[in-house]
Amino acid sequence: MSFSLKLGAVLAGLLGLAVILFTFERPPVETVQTGFRGVALGNIANPRLQTTLVAANQVPAPLPRVPSVGPRAGQVYQNVKVLGDLGVAEFARTMAALTAWVSPQQGCGYCHNTANMASDEVYTKVVSRRMLQMVARINAEWKPHVLETGVTCYTCHRGNPVPANVWSQDPGGRTAGFAANPGGQNLGAPAVGYSSLPYDPFTAYLDQADNIRVQSATALPAGDTQKVKDTEQTLGLMIHFSTSLGVNCTTCHNTRAFSDWEQSAPQRTNAWHGIRMVRDINHNFIEPLQPVWAANPNGPAGGPVRPRLGAAGDPLKVNCATCHQGVAKPLNGVSMIPDYPELARITNIEAPPPVRR
Amino acid sequence: MAEYQNIFTRVQVRGPAYAGVPLARGDSPRDGKPNFAYILGWLGDAQIGPIYLGWLGIISLGFGFAAFEIIGFNMLASVNWNALEFIRQLPWLALEPPSPAYGLGIPPLAEGGWWLLAGLFLTLSILLWWARTYRRARQLGLGSHVPWAFAAAIWLYLVLGFIRPLMMGSWSEAVPFGIFPHLDWTNAFSVRYGNLFYNPFHMLSIVFLYGSTLLFAMHGATILAAGRFGAEREVEQVIDRGTAHERCSIFWRWTMGFNATFESVHRWAWWFAVLTPITGGIGILLTGTVVDNWYLWGVKHGIAPAYPEFFRAMPDPLLTPGAAQ
Repeated sequence: MSFSLKLGAVLAGLLGLAVILFTFERPPVETVQTGFRGVALGNIANPRLQTTLVAANQVPAPLPRVPSVGPRAGQVYQNVKVLGDLGVAEFARTMAALTAWVSPQQGCGYCHNTANMASDEVYTKVVSRRMLQMVARINAEWKPHVLETGVTCYTCHRGNPVPANVWSQDPGGRTAGFAANPGGQNLGAPAVGYSSLPYDPFTAYLDQADNIRVQSATALPAGDTQKVKDTEQTLGLMIHFSTSLGVNCTTCHNTRAFSDWEQSAPQRTNAWHGIRMVRDINHNFIEPLQPVWAANPNGPAGGPVRPRLGAAGDPLKVNCATCHQGVAKPLNGVSMIPDYPELARITNIEAPPPVRR
Repeated sequence: MAEYQNIFTRVQVRGPAYAGVPLARGDSPRDGKPNFAYILGWLGDAQIGPIYLGWLGIISLGFGFAAFEIIGFNMLASVNWNALEFIRQLPWLALEPPSPAYGLGIPPLAEGGWWLLAGLFLTLSILLWWARTYRRARQLGLGSHVPWAFAAAIWLYLVLGFIRPLMMGSWSEAVPFGIFPHLDWTNAFSVRYGNLFYNPFHMLSIVFLYGSTLLFAMHGATILAAGRFGAEREVEQVIDRGTAHERCSIFWRWTMGFNATFESVHRWAWWFAVLTPITGGIGILLTGTVVDNWYLWGVKHGIAPAYPEFFRAMPDPLLTPGAAQ
């Protein structure tokens, strides 16, 4: 072999090695079959990465239980609107847990004027109260999605005053001028798993209730006017599901007939309720607080500074990643409700009935 | 002759540069002084040029360049004219067709007008280039096999970007110009119309596509393997069978009982290649116009089997009693 041939072979080899090392995921990859043989229904996961994910989604150690005896918090303290039925010691424990879950660095002062704990003057206290009602709503009304596992503040917050995975409207790119409007797509966007699909599928589907179903229900054309562009929107949302939960399309769907419920896994029904749950949360609990955040656009005076509104002035809203954070069952499916049953007992939720359509 | 059994051509015979046959009257002169590139000689003929451009070629390149620039500059604008972002995001960037609201109307430039213009210029460029391949083939006294094969590919291109959108009554049905975007479009297209894999013309197209690669590999391997017996003089041996032809034929007769001839194998390959986009184009053309969900169509016509129930499938929650609480 001539020198130039050898050099060419070495260069090609190095290039190939670089491609393999930097673009491939290191094995093993394990497939678990979940459907009838041959239809490719299954979950694909890398156990090496699973270990990291499981470790990152552990529940915190519960605070020691206290008996629910003695006078009620609502009788002893002023301005207790949603947790008034708790015993005083029980109430103190719940407050301590909330602090550890939401503002461990900032402490009680993140929401309270520590000189007058009853005061609503710190806006975050108003937000917290509404969020407690939201937690109760999810635990009471959205069992088709959260089952008996339920949720607590920790499911989303994980020690952060603002949950790490939130979204706001992303009109994106140029919308005015002479050049072509890319129509909110065609950027390598993490929200849609670095595909070129529309990168804000949330506004249409998790805030508004646009039609997600884009596949025709009849073999021959019968008036279904859904377009390929609508399908791209839906696909963007589905990619978000997939990346937020660390699952494949085939966890819910038989990909030969995405729309057919008879061939879909039960997880799809759970996800259907999840979509409605997220709309309920965004509509009835997050968005009504927009004026409060607009008055405090960078959070409470004591910091930390973090924008509370998106670029379009809308609040930071919830999607699948907010709770799931990369795993199919948030916090690996471990329920915190047995340790904090009061979070499922609040009754004055103050929201219109949930929409399940 | 073992030299032939390599990935690269290792023997380069170099004579004086050859300008080609005399040109017909009315043809433009050929452009460029021929030279030799040793590395290109590994892959093909080491002689580069001269090239025959002619007025068809020049106009075609002009329109092609215009389309390329429209697409490129709109992509650059979509990352706010940031050259670095343009390079980083290039595989994701695209020029999108108009939104469904415009139907077959002419939208403003920013709302899909650029896409229409780029499509028009690209189509003109491709059609002129087709005319050029046809004219050159005829001028050299060749058959028109290459132009017609190219026309098969143009058929698929026109179906995707022009004929089907016309039949659907909306430019928005067409494909965006972009690397990942056209792939995501393809996926969305298949999902919207209930899984293209149940489209019989898609099936045929795949058969011809994979068949083409198989035939190409079989033929290429056969000729290289018989190189030591003069198999590269294939066309000569069509008429005057030599030992290379006989050995190649016997090899395939022994291994699969049947063999193509040195001539017919090229006909096989040509038809497989040409039928790939022809059948594919028919499949695309029927989608959304004649069939709206290929999976359901497959069920109706008995090509999509039912599988035993594996898990407890749940009914559509929208139709579940008490769903709308």
